Amino acid sequence: MSNEGVIYRISGPVVTATGMSAGMYDVVRVGNEGLMGEVIELHGDKAVIQVYEDTSGMRPGEPVINTGETLSVSLGPGLLTQIYDGIQRPLPTLEEVMGVFITRGVDADAFDLEKKWTFEAVVEKGAAVEGGQVIGHVQETETIVHKIMVPPTMSGVIKSIKSGDFNVTETVCVLEDGGEIQMMQKWPVRTPRPYRQKYAPDTPLVTGMRILDFLFPLAKGGAAGIPGPFGSGKTVTQQSLAKYSDAQIVVYIGCGERGNEMTEVLDEFPHLIDPNTGKPLMNRTVMIANTSNMPVAAREASVYTGITIAEYFRDMGYDVALMADSTSRWAEAMREISSRLEEMPGEEGYPAYLSSRIAEFYERAGRVETKNGDDGSVTVIGAVSPPGGDISEPVSQGTLRIVKVFWGLDAGLARQRHFPAINWLNSYSLYPQSLNQWFRDNIAQDFPEVRTQISGLLQVESELQEIVQLVGSDALPVDQQLTLEVARMIREYFLQQNGFHEVDAFCDINLQYSMSKAILSFQDAAKNAMAAGAQLNDVVNIPARTALMRGRFEKGYVDTIESMVKDMVDEIAATVEEN
Amino acid sequence: MTGKEYRTITDVKGPLVFLNKTEPVAFGEIVSLRLADGSIKNGQVLDTSDDLVIVQVFEGTAKIDRTAGVTFMGDVFKLPVSTDLVGRILDGAGRPRDGGPDIVAEENADIIGAAINPFSRQSPHDFIQTGISAIDCCTTLVRGQKLPIFSASGLPHNDIALQIARQAKLPGSDEQFIVVFCAMGITAEEYNFFRSDLERTGALENAVLFVNLADDPAVERIITPRLALTAAEYLAFEHDYHVLVIYTDMTNYCDALRQIGAAREEVPGRRGYPGYMYTDLAMLYERAGIVKGKKGSITQFPILTMPGDDITHPIPDLSGYITEGQIVISRELHQQGIYPPINVLPSLSRLMGSCIGAKTTREDHKSVSDQMYAAYAQGRELRGLVAIVGEDALNERDKQLLDFSGVFEDRFLRQSRDEDRSIEDTLNLCWELMASIDTKYLVRLDQDWIDKYHPENRS
Repeated sequence: MSNEGVIYRISGPVVTATGMSAGMYDVVRVGNEGLMGEVIELHGDKAVIQVYEDTSGMRPGEPVINTGETLSVSLGPGLLTQIYDGIQRPLPTLEEVMGVFITRGVDADAFDLEKKWTFEAVVEKGAAVEGGQVIGHVQETETIVHKIMVPPTMSGVIKSIKSGDFNVTETVCVLEDGGEIQMMQKWPVRTPRPYRQKYAPDTPLVTGMRILDFLFPLAKGGAAGIPGPFGSGKTVTQQSLAKYSDAQIVVYIGCGERGNEMTEVLDEFPHLIDPNTGKPLMNRTVMIANTSNMPVAAREASVYTGITIAEYFRDMGYDVALMADSTSRWAEAMREISSRLEEMPGEEGYPAYLSSRIAEFYERAGRVETKNGDDGSVTVIGAVSPPGGDISEPVSQGTLRIVKVFWGLDAGLARQRHFPAINWLNSYSLYPQSLNQWFRDNIAQDFPEVRTQISGLLQVESELQEIVQLVGSDALPVDQQLTLEVARMIREYFLQQNGFHEVDAFCDINLQYSMSKAILSFQDAAKNAMAAGAQLNDVVNIPARTALMRGRFEKGYVDTIESMVKDMVDEIAATVEEN
Repeated sequence: MTGKEYRTITDVKGPLVFLNKTEPVAFGEIVSLRLADGSIKNGQVLDTSDDLVIVQVFEGTAKIDRTAGVTFMGDVFKLPVSTDLVGRILDGAGRPRDGGPDIVAEENADIIGAAINPFSRQSPHDFIQTGISAIDCCTTLVRGQKLPIFSASGLPHNDIALQIARQAKLPGSDEQFIVVFCAMGITAEEYNFFRSDLERTGALENAVLFVNLADDPAVERIITPRLALTAAEYLAFEHDYHVLVIYTDMTNYCDALRQIGAAREEVPGRRGYPGYMYTDLAMLYERAGIVKGKKGSITQFPILTMPGDDITHPIPDLSGYITEGQIVISRELHQQGIYPPINVLPSLSRLMGSCIGAKTTREDHKSVSDQMYAAYAQGRELRGLVAIVGEDALNERDKQLLDFSGVFEDRFLRQSRDEDRSIEDTLNLCWELMASIDTKYLVRLDQDWIDKYHPENRS
């Protein structure tokens, strides 16, 4: 058996080769054009290969060459600000080579191999280093220091190390055993990168979206699922998270989604400023775009490419957030390939291993102690696109079993133009318990209690609404009418947020707290006033409340909100005297 | 490899022919089958190996027997393209149907088409005025967008599509659209309706028609939209035309896809449709757009009929996940006699934000659209309540919203089939209608716009 065989059969993206020695997940070059593929099944002498490019025109008898490597990504300075396809080919390079349409058979380096980076050694000759240990720094972008690490498979005593300007393939460090370390290393995408231990998350990933941070917080190192029917705002939510969350590195995977959406991101991100650092957002972003019409096998690989890059930055001690939009397309890619392999299907045609693959993927999230002894995290946020919006389907269910945060998007809310259309009644987060201490220490002592009050009001509202549906709101006693009014304020003033508004799109978590307190102040003041004889209508219609609510669109709201609340309380008190 | 004729058919099943003992055959290769009576059928290779080749026959497998001769043409399916296509009518496999000469190719284009590099795309941003208020105001169409019409049997989706094709223009520009019309399994009657309307308005001279009718082979429908899009790409990206592709009916296309999947004994997904239908539809819909360095554009208007008016059916569902919004036609509005019966609530244009505003439409467009939408949504909801408790139980705000939902349908939605409203007229109409609601309830309107555009402040 040699490393070269011939094609026996072609069925869409699945090619069978014979006469070749191969192992599972070996990367092969298929056909006269040398298209990239991966071995996914072995049948005696036959190797079944999923090919990452279109196979039209290929014939049985063409050669297949096994490279003997598994599907790997290149990791090193130059990753940030890049945009890749599912198998880490930079799209700008592909454009240079092939023009605007993606043809096939083109190889491209993941980043510029010639560019010189300034490497600054942080360990000295004679130091004993282990895999994952940081040996030097490169200022990759204005905001991010790229830490050069010993590849996880190597360790030893440093024989020589030099600072200076190098490209990524030049050796910067030599070990006593002769091992050479370059700034670029490779890692197989289907294998999680090693770390010392996993910790329980205790810090929230602040997103600037009120409903998320306040009601359903996600921890750094946690995993969240966003299921929703089309048009409910999954992509807008994902993009807002990519823009405003306080992660240090963002990996954004557009997996099997619309081309124009990726273009929008590409147009927009270079002009956006990270509210946390004041620098362009692109500086901290890596994008992967495998749109719905690009080869399906590369779509399957894209999520692994993304998470491996995320883990690499985690190993430098960064907090990384990964958005995958949408994991349903990834699952469908698995289904498509599984069906070509004529595997026995599980539910709805998906392969039986679907839920274990989903679990393995989300399990690569986490807050860890890195091999270098630092604290790093990967937070994974996966969009799910359930058919017909019905989350009883296998991908949603497989996701919900593993993630701890569920942000359920609701077509009904989207239809009322309530954005973000996250349903506050069925969404949940299992993190508040572990995050409460952080909120108490960093925001306010009573933060968890305020949250309970707000979510309690929303719960009561939903019960009252059922009665209102039957008898109309005028039939309710006034105190319940007030509760409805307060809940309406929570929905319209607090939960609704305009993701495209320059001020409202990002809401600082301290301001979120102030806004929630403002609502409670309104409730208390109104209750007191009404107990003293004021009319509900007068209380509700005071101009100061409208001003308070509109104020959130103004800059500097964080400074003015307190006095606005005071004005409102005074005006409400004044309605008593009018009567 | 062309020329050699095989007589090695082993099985014929549905639209598929299986044969063995061939020389290496390319995946996707075009196949010609010669029957005993001398007639020729065409097909394409779906699966190829040393032992077995599976061919999908476009014209159906009727009369094919094991003695039929099979020739492999050595190439994948290509469409001869040239600017002569404009004004022609072709059948579902790209042959002239109008009695005219064959197309003299300037180029033979692969009909599968390559994916546009997302990095090379340009964000669509040119507002297309359709003259239909509901679309222009609430689900604005952008040049380069793919916006399907979700309809159902018995609804006037064809009238709407034609009205859009007739009236679509960029305000302040005289650039014309070329219409590429792709019929898949529609009736001769529907086809004649389209054709005579295009003829009547003179649009036929600027159109290319690909026609596969209900009694034409179902499997041919798999390639018809690919031919249409190949022609569209050629006209848009080689000759700078702005192309509007209308295809109808996507439901027939998907059913043909299911038919082939079943014949291949594939594991079916939801409702028997193949698991790869999402990818397959994406390969069509994603061929819309604008690319860097090219002047032309492709805007798509697929029409699909939702079986049983069910928007969660796999066909509208998967389409909705790929397209940039949808226009939903409502049976309820249609039965009230309202044309166009567009239900704006589930309708959506994802690219709308990029093309409206002071520079293109008007500064108040976004606010107005949000407010119209919200007020109508609330008004509609109140109808359910009124049915139970009666109108008297409503408070003042709710009464106004309820009344608004009526005028919204009667005056905003309703317009005649040849009424072409400018965006200015549409927005002014919105303000006029919204004036029936007390300003303090119009919370989504910026105060600046109220001062400037509210009828009370204008007179």
